[in-house]
Amino acid sequence: MTIGGLGPQGGGAASSSAGSPQRHAIVVESDVVRVRQVVRSAAVAARLSLVDQTKMVTAASELARNTLVYGGGGAVTIDIVDNGRRRGVRAVFTDSGPGIADLDLALTDGWTSGSGLGLGLSGSRRLVDEFELESSPETGTTVRVVKWSR
Amino acid sequence: MTDRVDPPDEGDSTWISALLGEQAEILSHWIERAGEMLRARLTAAELARELGDLYGSLAQALPVAGADLRAGAFGELRALLAELSASRARQGFTPRETAITVFALKDAAATILEKKSVSFRAYRRFSDFVDELGLFTLESYIEVRDQAVLEQSNQLLELSTPVIKLWDGILAVPLIGTLDSARTQLVMENLLESLISTGSKHAIIDITGVGAVDTQVAQHLLKTVRAAQLMGADCVISGIRPQIAQTVVSLGIEFGEIATKATLAEALAVALRREGFAVSRSATGGVR
Ligand SMILES: Nc1ncnc2c1ncn2[C@@H]1O[C@H](COP(=O)(O)OP(=O)(O)O)[C@@H](O)[C@H]1O
Ligand SMILES: [Mg+2]
Repeated sequence: MTIGGLGPQGGGAASSSAGSPQRHAIVVESDVVRVRQVVRSAAVAARLSLVDQTKMVTAASELARNTLVYGGGGAVTIDIVDNGRRRGVRAVFTDSGPGIADLDLALTDGWTSGSGLGLGLSGSRRLVDEFELESSPETGTTVRVVKWSR
Repeated sequence: MTDRVDPPDEGDSTWISALLGEQAEILSHWIERAGEMLRARLTAAELARELGDLYGSLAQALPVAGADLRAGAFGELRALLAELSASRARQGFTPRETAITVFALKDAAATILEKKSVSFRAYRRFSDFVDELGLFTLESYIEVRDQAVLEQSNQLLELSTPVIKLWDGILAVPLIGTLDSARTQLVMENLLESLISTGSKHAIIDITGVGAVDTQVAQHLLKTVRAAQLMGADCVISGIRPQIAQTVVSLGIEFGEIATKATLAEALAVALRREGFAVSRSATGGVR
């Protein structure tokens, strides 16, 4: 199952990587902290505003923790992208965990299968410009997000 | 230590007997070579003792276990190598400097092996064996360093979560940097404990120094505020900067009934007022 919300800027496929992607494992809690730091420096390098940096870092923090907690660990690839008009930060989170059975439910504000606030997926979708979610029991979960500079 | 022992290789017996036969000479070369590489950062006596122990242990295990470092007979040698890497790591030697001490054995034995016309094949086997020793040393070195880093980060964790008494009955915790789950938890526990031990009725959690508030941090904050309220204290969150406020709203987090203030100063003013202190400028202005 896939949920692909190409954001207002659209054209996700047209954007090309500008610089070498960084891959980081997400297997312990401190990896979540490191992912935030790496995303922060990428957001600064892509010249995102302070508000947009904070939004992207926060979304990454949510998705990294989901990868860790629900996906049983995984990895993230972070890079700076360029669509010809603006630069942005892209982060792709992957795990080979159990997958998400009901995507609509998981994206419902306040719904959690654990003891969280149930706002990580739905909230990070609002924080970024592009949000794509792919999940199945066989392949696990992949979440791809992009935040563009204004 | 092992259930799989490699079949003995006839190439091994020649270099092993050379190493056993010319112990004194090889050892003194080894100490000399290793000493040059470390450029006197270790006293000669210390190095001589270390390498002497290593060589002694090596000479005991080789006839028994051949070139199989995993064999039980090499237990003591492995322990000595681990000790060597631990002390090097503690003294600030680099991984390279640490491994080079071991690798210097190759150079030290080369002349003797050549003099004894040891075959190229046997020399290869000897060289592989020393590589194993060196790699084992590096691995232990890294283990020690990882352990040290872990300890340091635990110390930082403790250091970076102070509860500050601002006034009689008013406590504050300034949160700074990147909050992980463990640290947030610790801060919260410290704060609740300090509220009890000091009998304070006001707590201020200041997040001016926090880069991002995600749902987990928010959940910890909400829980702490509620717990403080249950204990009869009021708890204010201050220092919510504009970018944090916007992000928190987009995430959909509702701070609801929780009191927030833009700055620590405002939060302190509120707490002082509630405690019955009147804060006012004196008629003479700022004269001291
Ligand atoms: N990577 C993932 N693998 C499996 N399930 C996930 C994953 N990410 C999210 N989920 C599911 O989606 C739910 C909602 O996630 P989220 O909105 O982040 O809320 P919370 O983390 O508070 O539970 C989770 O409770 C979990 O059941
Ligand atoms: Mg979550």
